[in-house]
Formats: sequence, C-alpha cells, structure tokens
Amino acid sequence: MNTTMRALMGATALCAVGTVALADGHAKTVTIATVNNGDMVRMQGLTEDFTAKNPDINLEWVTLEENVLRQRVTTDIATKGGQYDVMTIGTYEVPIWGKQGWLTSLNDLPDSYDVDDLLPAIRGGLTVDGELYAAPFYGESSMVMYRTDLMEAAGMEMPEAPTWEFIAEAARAMTDKDNEIYGVCLRGKAGWGENMAFLTAMSNSFGARWFDEDWNPQFDSPEWAATVNFYVDLMNDAGPPGASGNGFNENLALFQTGKCGMWIDATVAASFVTNPNDSTVADKVGFALAPDNGLGKRGNWLWAWSLAIPAGTDSPEAAKKFVEWATSKEYLELVASKEGWANVPPGTRTSLYENPEYASVPFAKMTLDSINAADPTNPTVDPVPYVGIQFVAIPEFQGIATATGQQFSAALAGTTSVEDALANAQALTLDEMKDAGYIQ
Amino acid sequence: MARAITTRRKIIVTAAAWTVGLLIFFPILWTILTSFKTEAEAIADPPSLFFFDWTFENYGVVQERSNYFLHFWNSVVISVGSTLLGLAIAIPAAWSMAFVPAKQTKNILMWMLSTKMLPPVGVLIPIYLIFRDTGLLDTRSGLVIVLTLINLPIIVWMLYTYFKEIPGEILEAARMDGANLRSEILYVLTPMAVPGIASTLLLNIILAWNEAFWTLNLTAAKAAPLTAFIASYSSPEGLFYAKLSAASTMAIAPILIMGWFSQKQLVRGLTFGAVK
Amino acid sequence: MSTQHSRTAARAMISPAVMLLLAWMLIPLCMTLYYSFRRYRLLTPERQGWVGFGNYENFLTNPAFFHALTNTLLLVGGVLIITVVFGVLLAILLDQPIWGQGIVRILVIAPFFVMPTVSALVWKNMFMNPVNGLFAYGAKALGLQPYDFLSQAPLASIIGIVSWQWLPFATLILLTAIQSLDSEQMEAAEMDGAGPFSRFFFITLPHLARAITVVVLIQTIFLLSIFAEILVTTNGGPGTASTNLTYLVYAESLLNYDVGEGSAGGVVAIILANIVAIFLMRMIGKNLDA
Repeated sequence: MNTTMRALMGATALCAVGTVALADGHAKTVTIATVNNGDMVRMQGLTEDFTAKNPDINLEWVTLEENVLRQRVTTDIATKGGQYDVMTIGTYEVPIWGKQGWLTSLNDLPDSYDVDDLLPAIRGGLTVDGELYAAPFYGESSMVMYRTDLMEAAGMEMPEAPTWEFIAEAARAMTDKDNEIYGVCLRGKAGWGENMAFLTAMSNSFGARWFDEDWNPQFDSPEWAATVNFYVDLMNDAGPPGASGNGFNENLALFQTGKCGMWIDATVAASFVTNPNDSTVADKVGFALAPDNGLGKRGNWLWAWSLAIPAGTDSPEAAKKFVEWATSKEYLELVASKEGWANVPPGTRTSLYENPEYASVPFAKMTLDSINAADPTNPTVDPVPYVGIQFVAIPEFQGIATATGQQFSAALAGTTSVEDALANAQALTLDEMKDAGYIQ
Repeated sequence: MARAITTRRKIIVTAAAWTVGLLIFFPILWTILTSFKTEAEAIADPPSLFFFDWTFENYGVVQERSNYFLHFWNSVVISVGSTLLGLAIAIPAAWSMAFVPAKQTKNILMWMLSTKMLPPVGVLIPIYLIFRDTGLLDTRSGLVIVLTLINLPIIVWMLYTYFKEIPGEILEAARMDGANLRSEILYVLTPMAVPGIASTLLLNIILAWNEAFWTLNLTAAKAAPLTAFIASYSSPEGLFYAKLSAASTMAIAPILIMGWFSQKQLVRGLTFGAVK
Repeated sequence: MSTQHSRTAARAMISPAVMLLLAWMLIPLCMTLYYSFRRYRLLTPERQGWVGFGNYENFLTNPAFFHALTNTLLLVGGVLIITVVFGVLLAILLDQPIWGQGIVRILVIAPFFVMPTVSALVWKNMFMNPVNGLFAYGAKALGLQPYDFLSQAPLASIIGIVSWQWLPFATLILLTAIQSLDSEQMEAAEMDGAGPFSRFFFITLPHLARAITVVVLIQTIFLLSIFAEILVTTNGGPGTASTNLTYLVYAESLLNYDVGEGSAGGVVAIILANIVAIFLMRMIGKNLDA
C-alpha cells in the first residue's frame, strides 16, 4: 500500500510540476489590458511599429469587452494583483485611483511628448493634484448624428445647436416602423457607462443633478421626473424595439444599417458611421451639438479612454515607453499614413485640430466644439459637490448607477412605471450614500 | 402486412427524428454558416442559408487580432491537465468508497457534490487574494488546480458509480489467489474500470474546456484559454455577426469534433453508470 | 468482507480527495465568512472595520434578493421540467428504429459541447435580436411584429437557452435507460391490450424514474450557479427580472465592488445550496440506492 500511495503522490506531483514548467515568463514583457473598441484594435494591429523601435520589449495584449475589462482591471488594481503593466481606463477611474495612490505619475514624460498639446479639458480630467496619472488615447464628447436624407424627407432642417423639443419632433416625424426606420436611437442597456451615462448627461440639460451640496440624492426632484418621462415617452414613440438592451455597440450597428434617423452618442462614433466599409449610410450623415433646454447646459459628456500604469508594476520604464508611443503625435501620423486621417484616434491633441489635413474630416469641428462645450468641474445648472458630467467621481458611483440604471432600463422596457423607477432609484441611492458615510 | 406497417412507421419516425435533430443542431449550423459570410450578408434580409459568396476573410481577421493557437493550447493544457490530476486524486478515493464502504461514505459523497453548488462569484475575491500571494495568477498551473477542485466531486461520483458495478467477488477471488492491494488494482480493477475512467475523462475535459468563470477571472495574457478569446469578440463596434461566428466556431470546433468522435464512450460517461 | 488492513488503506486513499475538497471549501469559506462581517469595499479599502451582521441585513433586505430567489427557483425548475419532458419524448423517438440513427444522435448531442458564453452570444445576437435576429426575420416574413425576447420575457428566454444546452444531456441518459427496458415486458403488455399511453405511464415511466433522478441531481448542481448566460444576454435585467442569486452576488461583489456584502451574499447562497443538497439527498437516498 505504501508503494501505491507513493506512486500516486508521485503522479500527482508530476502533473503539477509538468504544468508549472509549461508556464514561463519573459523579463521585459508589458501586458496591456484594453477595450475591444475599434481604435484599440487598430493600435494592436500597429504593434510592430513599437517593437521595431523597442526590440527589447515584448507586448502582450488582453483585449476584452468594456464591462469585463473594467471588472478585471479594478479587481486587479484594488487587490494589487499585478497582472497588468498598462491599463486602459477612463476619466471616471483616473481621479479616484490617482487619489488612492494606485497609479504611476506620468509627469516625467520627455519634452518631445509635448504634454501641453493635450486638450485642456481632457488633461484636466486626468490630473490629480498636479500629477498627470494617465495619458489620453482618445477623447470624446457626445453629439447628435442624423440622417440627412431622412431629415429632408421629413421636411425639417437640423440646426447646429438643436433643442430637445426639436429632437423629439423630428424623431417622431422620421419614424416609419413598417419600414424599420426609427426616429431616434438612444442607450437603454443598464449600466453606469451605458444608459446612466446618457441619462445623467441629459438630465444636466434638464436642470437636474445627482446630489445637492450636502450629498442628498435628487431623484425625487421634478427635473429628474421630467428627464426620465421625456426619455421614455420619446423612445416608446420613436425608438427601436428592444431599446432597453441597446448600448453603444448595438446602436452603432442599428445606425450603420440605416435603421436610426438620429443617434445621440459618443463623438468617436462619427468615424464609424461615415466609413463606407462598415456603414450603409456613410454619405448621408450630418452632425449637430447635443441638445439643450435653454438652461445653459447641453446634454453632452466628456470621456477619455486613457492609458495608465499601475503603481508597483514590474517594468515601469517599458510600460511608460509604450504609453508614450501610443498617445504621441507620431502615433497619430502613423495611423493617418496607414488608414487615413478620418481614422486617427480623436479628441486628445490641440495640434490635431490645427492640422489642415484633419480639418477636412467632416466631423472634426463638431467633435472639438462638443469637447470644448463640456465642463466636468461645473456640470450642472444648480451647484453640486462633485465633478464629472455623465458620472459622479466618487468610488460608490459605479455601484449606485448600475443599480439605478437597472431601474431606468426596466422603465424603458415598460416593466415598471417611471414614478416607481425614480422612487426606487432615490431609495437605493439614499441607502448607499448613508452606508458609505456621506450622509450622517 | 405487419412489415408494411413497420416500414411506413419507420419512414415517419425517421422523418420526425431528423427534423428534431436538425432543429436542435440548427443554431450551431447557422453559426458555422454565418462565419463564412461577409458582415453585410450576415445581417441580410432575407437571410440566405447556403447561397452566398463563401469567404474565409473572417477567420483571417480573427487570427490577425488574437493569437488563437496560444488560447487553444492553453485550453488543451488546462482541461487535460486538470482532468488527469483529478483522476489521479479521485480514483483511489472512489475505489475505497466503492469497495470498503463506511457509514459516512454516502454523506461524504453528497457533501462533495454539494460543494459544487456554491456560487463561484462569492469566493472570487478570497481566491484572487490567495492566487496573488502564491504567484498563481495568470498561470496554467493555477487554473489546473482550480478546475481540478471544481470538477473533483463529479469525477469522484462518476467513478464511484462505475466501481460499484464491479462485483466484489472478483476482488475476493483475486485476494484468495494471493494478490496484494497493488496487483489487485493494477491487474483486476483497472482493466474492468477502464471504460468508466475513459468516459469520466471525456466528460471532464468537456466541462473544463467550457468553464468560463475562473478561466476568465484568474488569467490575463499568458494563460488565457479560449473562453477569454471569445470575451474579446462579445460586443465589439459595428457589424460583428460574421466575426463573432468565426470566433465562436473556432472556440467550439475542437471540443465538438472530439465529442463526436468519442461519443460512444461519452454516452456511457453521461449516464453516470447509474442507469442500468 | 473488508479487513482491518483494507479499511486503513481505504481511509488513506480517500483522504487526498477529501482533504483537497476540505481545503477548497474551508479556506475560501473562512475568508468569505470573515469578510462577510467586515466593511470591505474594493475601491475604498482604507474604510475597513467590523460591521456585525450589517452586510447580511443589507443583502437580505435588498428588494432584489427576493426576486433573485424566485428567479433562481424558476430557472432551475423551468429548465428541469423542459429538459425532462422533452428529454423523455426525444428518447422515445430516438429509441425507435430509424435510418441514420448515429447521425441524428450526433446532431442532438451537439449543443452540450458548446461553451455557455458562445451559446448565449449566438442566441442573443443571431436569433433573439429584435432587429437583426433570425426570429425577427421569421416574424417579419409572416407579417408579424418582431418579438423582443430578452426585454419582454428575459427569464423565459434564458430558460430557453439553458434548456437547449442541457436537453442533449437529459436525452442521452434517458435514451440509455429506455434502451435497457425489457422489450418482452413491453410486448407482453401490448398482448394484454395495453394502449401506448398506459404502456408509457405504467412501464416506461417507472423504469425511467432512476434515470430522471440522475438528470435532476446533476442538472440542479449546474443550474443553481448559472451565470454566464445571464451576464451575456441580459445583465440580470431589465430591472432585476432575470437576476438569479449567483448574479446578485456577482453584482454586489464585482459591480458594486462591495466585497463585504458580496461575501454575505455568498454565505447566504451557500446555506440555500445546502438546503437544496439535503433535499436532493433525501430524494437520491430513496431512488438511487442500488
């Protein structure tokens, strides 16, 4: 029996050792976690340019869908797991993580990087106490994209800066459900980065806010009721079926296949809907600023997907070299030379918008105007204690907004009423804020 | 006359069985077909079943974007490794449960099975912390260990039900002939148990191959298997049905083919020896 | 029959598996228990401390908890009923002499090999999508309004997808059982003038009882922790219409990053799973004792 046991133990150990031996590691490997958005996939395809310049650095890519990515990098950085050397994160995470001391400062990037060239609104969003904690890969605001042919057929004309009233009227006029033309496509999929990003930005233009100066939730305010009622009514009349499951990607597919009259979403989508390879409506798209209600705030947001280096990475120098390469002016030129100016990652550098070649891109001006019209430090009509336009830059926001997003998604699907959704949102936000110690 | 009825009946039953079989298989067939379409054709209305311009372009794009063979190899190592390790631990346990039953044997068995009912998300953070401290994050060995433990209850239980069918008298007889425990296992038990072990092995490779929670959450680049490969195609921008189909086909093809070739053994495995 | 010698050997052999499972159970379980009594939010780790039963209170009083509990039972029950009923019918069909039995069997078992994530993605996008899905084309071809499966009937849609995945499993076990049915007994019953229905209810079904038990046991184990299908298709929504217990724990620990409450949810789920396990054990005890 002893021999048997020993043999079995040996076999077990052998299996374990065998698999350990299979897992090996390189000295100078930079592991990059990124989103599966078009611009990032393109960056991955251009890896060779970087490795040719830095033959001693080996790049490994982890490309994931946005929600999975966010969950993975957040878990990893908060537990100091150390699986990634470069993380793709947004303007929401950077201030919070920077404050926690989880990120490496990028203030020592070389002069050739020209940090002053970064758009001030974007740079400001990535800086905490004077330290730049992430380099913007692309920046975006939101705007109205619309079908010029359908607008004409409806006998209307899109102003450069429309109001919500105009959007609602145009959407209802363009809708032709028998032919699968839906006047307006808006985000409805639950998630703080999906429907809540849109609704929060929209609510700003309706004069609503998440919290008053004492962090009391405001979902019981008439402004929020007006926002959500307007949204649900509009989508019921002029939105596509299944809207409560549509996020950015789903709406993009709908717009590209010619099923949406208007779409209010990220400016970065402009290059996808005007690209004839992917879009059946490429030559019939017009752009306008996000709508307002005459209260002084527009319903557009500000976001930048950025590259950050976690504190405590094994190879900070190599990681920094990569971040510098991917967000440099040279990278923009590289993409332009291979794929044309329209496909350059937008919204990060002033010099790009001063470039006459880029100015001929149809959506360049509207993108810059939209970004400049956004002010994360002063997002609402009434004063608030937080920064962030389509989010509130506190750690608790993700959880709260995901839960409230579920409520509004259900209201859109018609499984709860708008009143109940707002009341539930108010109750759960209040609970969380008390729990987290903001309200005594 | 009886024969005529049988033949007619056979035709009807055959038609019914084939219809049901094709209906059940259709989603997979449709995915494979879509992977050979262009993105525009993938959402064309009306959709076409076979008559479109066949293209391999999607497979090229998918391979260009991600290292399929690395993920494939990781999946192979993790699923085969965890199954072999699991068998090495489970065979002796199941053996003794089947041939030397004690009072608590059944309770131990049920307890083992109940460990499979725990929601894995509840323990993710603790496991993540343990893996971080032991350096097992993003290693194939780490995943082999986790998947072994996850599937161990099923392995033990399946083997137990097989071993129980082996008549104890044979062992008694062997013992009478002077066989010691070692030769009892090697020369008597093992040959009789091989079919059961083979089907257990097959079923567990499939379960490990398809496990998507731990494999996705405990890996980054080096050890990521095909489940992570799929996660990067789940909702990209723009039209993606054809590329998604190509990636899906690549992810399921190896296990589908293996399953089909070994279906005879597998069917025995699926019955858990409990059906006589 | 067993000697003292073989008893000791047996204990030694059983121990690696038991020890490993114990470790697998106990270490994370203890850590989960520990965290379940603490405030630990991943994003504000500096605010840690003991909170007593606060996390449990929050989890159990969350209105989503009751929904999740019902949804879990509906999901497990729904899939079990569908797979067992259709599994029996399919098994009887495949038991008949037909041409190409091998190929049909290959077609029928195929869904079992498909990764849950892949099958959820395929069903969600290529079939159930209300604009570009195949079902929508079908509805439009018939002049009907496309039905929006995942937002109008999310739980039923998920039950459908999961049933598709598990039907092959049930069918195969039941088929093997039917094949072992004594054909003489059937013929004798037929001679006695028993119609097909009474033959089914009085001979086939009792014969299948044991196989059905196996199907129920194994499937329950896997169905209680269904997660990938929900994450991919509906994210638990709209509202909490398709949130099950596993998904709720996920939402607490990885969307809210509230490890404390997530751990409390995990402990609650473990307790409930064990209640189900005890219930199953009773059932198995009667039916599986060979």
